[in-house]
Amino acid sequence: MFARGLKRKSAEDAEDADGGVAGVPAAPSYTLQRQSLLDMSLVKLQLCHMLVEPNLCRSVLIANTVRQIQEEMTQDGTWRVVAPQAAGRAPLDRLVSTEILCRSGREQEGEGDGPLPDPAPGQAPRRPQSSPWGLDGSREGRGGFQKSLDHIFETLENKTPGSVEELFSDVDSSYYDLDAVLTGMVGGTPSGPGLPAFAPAAAASPSSTCRSDLGELEHAVEILVET
Amino acid sequence: MHQPPPASSCSSGSGCECARVGVRASALAPAAAPCPAPRRLPHPRRPEPPSRGTGTLLRAGLGPWCSPTGSPAPLSCETGCGEGSWILVCRLLVPTQVSLLSMEEDIDTRKINNSFLRDHSYATEADIISTVEFNHTGELLATGDKGGRVVIFQREQESKNQVHRRGEYNVYSTFQSHEPEFDYLKSLEIEEKINKIRWLPQQNAAYFLLSTNDKTVKLWKVSERDKRPEGYNLKDEEGRLRDPATITTLRVPVLRPMDLMVEATPRRVFANAHTYHINSISVNSDYETYMSADDLRINLWNFEITNQSFNIVDIKPANMEELTEVITAAEFHPHHCNTFVYSSSKGTIRLCDMRASALCDRHTKFFEEPEDPSNRSFFSEIISSISDVKFSHSGRYIMTRDYLTVKVWDLNMENRPIETYQVHDYLRSKLCSLYENDCIFDKFECVWNGSDSVIMTGSYNNFFRMFDRNTKRDVTLEASRENSKPRAILKPRKVCVGGKRRKDEISVDSLDFSKKILHTAWHPSENIIAVAATNNLYIFQDKVN
Repeated sequence: MFARGLKRKSAEDAEDADGGVAGVPAAPSYTLQRQSLLDMSLVKLQLCHMLVEPNLCRSVLIANTVRQIQEEMTQDGTWRVVAPQAAGRAPLDRLVSTEILCRSGREQEGEGDGPLPDPAPGQAPRRPQSSPWGLDGSREGRGGFQKSLDHIFETLENKTPGSVEELFSDVDSSYYDLDAVLTGMVGGTPSGPGLPAFAPAAAASPSSTCRSDLGELEHAVEILVET
Repeated sequence: MHQPPPASSCSSGSGCECARVGVRASALAPAAAPCPAPRRLPHPRRPEPPSRGTGTLLRAGLGPWCSPTGSPAPLSCETGCGEGSWILVCRLLVPTQVSLLSMEEDIDTRKINNSFLRDHSYATEADIISTVEFNHTGELLATGDKGGRVVIFQREQESKNQVHRRGEYNVYSTFQSHEPEFDYLKSLEIEEKINKIRWLPQQNAAYFLLSTNDKTVKLWKVSERDKRPEGYNLKDEEGRLRDPATITTLRVPVLRPMDLMVEATPRRVFANAHTYHINSISVNSDYETYMSADDLRINLWNFEITNQSFNIVDIKPANMEELTEVITAAEFHPHHCNTFVYSSSKGTIRLCDMRASALCDRHTKFFEEPEDPSNRSFFSEIISSISDVKFSHSGRYIMTRDYLTVKVWDLNMENRPIETYQVHDYLRSKLCSLYENDCIFDKFECVWNGSDSVIMTGSYNNFFRMFDRNTKRDVTLEASRENSKPRAILKPRKVCVGGKRRKDEISVDSLDFSKKILHTAWHPSENIIAVAATNNLYIFQDKVN
């Protein structure tokens, strides 16, 4: 389902994460499983067959699952708290889903550099952990997340060609051409938990890097569309 | 107070809805061509119309068709479902295959149905069966497929010479019920897949059924024609108009016998009432109304009126962002025409009484089982989503199917089901993978037998399960080409959960999740079952019968 490089990285992640993070049970850890479930669900929500109307029941069930995970993560406090090591080696599938949702969420809100993922892992420890990622961050994160869920539902409800194509083009290219997109992103590996990435970036620098990442993504889309 | 739908009678010809519908129907879809290989019946059928009225329909229908004792033979311990006494009666192939062969090779249709043909090269995705339904007498069996076609099979009649042929079903009629459409407003295709077929009880010589795709319900009339008029004055034998100058004498047209022809015509088209996908239709016991349910709404129709329907349930929230629950199935009570139930994606069932109010958003009864905290996971809600709900024939119980279990509820007890049967509990540890490959969203149906003593539902690997409610025995059987020869007894199957796998068992990891049995049907009075496995329809019969 994911690119080969991705899988290998995940395996390394799991091993290192288990060794590195104290108190986490033996692989696969619950949080990791939960996170991958969350990402899978988000991809499923977006990956509708756009020619035929998507199944509303299925979408509602997946969305409820995502909400459930989100609630649990909020209760756990893992919503915003992420150990730097684990953040640095975040599975790249998380990258995909946040990129997709980032983009659509951004378009929706019309912000230039709204919710954007963080840049290279090396920079992760520099990312401020306290107040910007604190209460405001999580609230924003939830708001951004909720907005993207709503966006999905609205899209399902009334298909405006613009939003649908845009959603579809993102997912289509990203999903099927992960290698191209991911290798194209120079040092663009975002860190941090998927959803809190929605919080407005504390630093201005991530935005420029991300813009270049998104530029790469657009480039990849263009190539695919032309072919 | 709920205003009843306008009366069905119409006063004049041209202004009347029925006449308009009649014209419109023919403009919408040409009358389906008669079945290319019509059967030669031993003699024409004119079955007696069963008497109307609550509770008597089934009993009257049981008369000529069931075992001599006059009541459906229950599955006893000896013949019971746990003993593997089910035999394959026939395996029916996709209609394209049948008609192609019969046209080219001029083979008796029965022979085709009874033999196992080697190649499936004609089978396409459009041939996947999406619904199966016996009519009220069990004489006819209708299937709908993904390509929008309806195929009706008719039971072979008893004859002294060929006793062993009894119980077999042969193609009776084939027609294209729905065509793919395009919704220009939303830029979306509307699939032609038949979601449900429901028969109307027979009231005259013709058969009526409702078939529906995601958006439109159609009422089809299936009738036989074995005579045709000859000797028209104004037309010649080929139907061409004669020159009036050449007509010198007058004659009276005479009805002459002809080869039996089965025709299907669309009599009503009920369209444009559903924004979301229709998942259920149910004929009311008053035989004048029926309901259609989509994800968020349920509408009540009168058979005679196609441009209007009453909305009786609406669970759409004002804000779609607040949507957390959808309707998954709905059915009318078999005897009380004011009562119906609908199930939800959260594992709840609501029983509503239409006498209480026009819009039945407030339920009369609410059935929900408290959650088992030990089994809780992220998938708990998804696997609790009810995929099918069916009233028992008695009307006293409802049966619901969720992903892993079948539950029987007593209408008088709302807080928990009276019986729970595990269909494939070995999948509980595999839910994450099943979520990944979307199998967790499969909608299995469930059925009662005629006496409400046995329930049946499908599973993966072409397995289907039967549960005897009285003996508490259950059996797993397989519907597949490799393992069944005609008239051979079906061997019970077993899934090995862990540890040592015995010789005949199959391990959970070897199960084929692409081979799922979602649709099954049980004859209303006899132990004959129809099982749809992809594009094959299997008919099994209890051996003793």
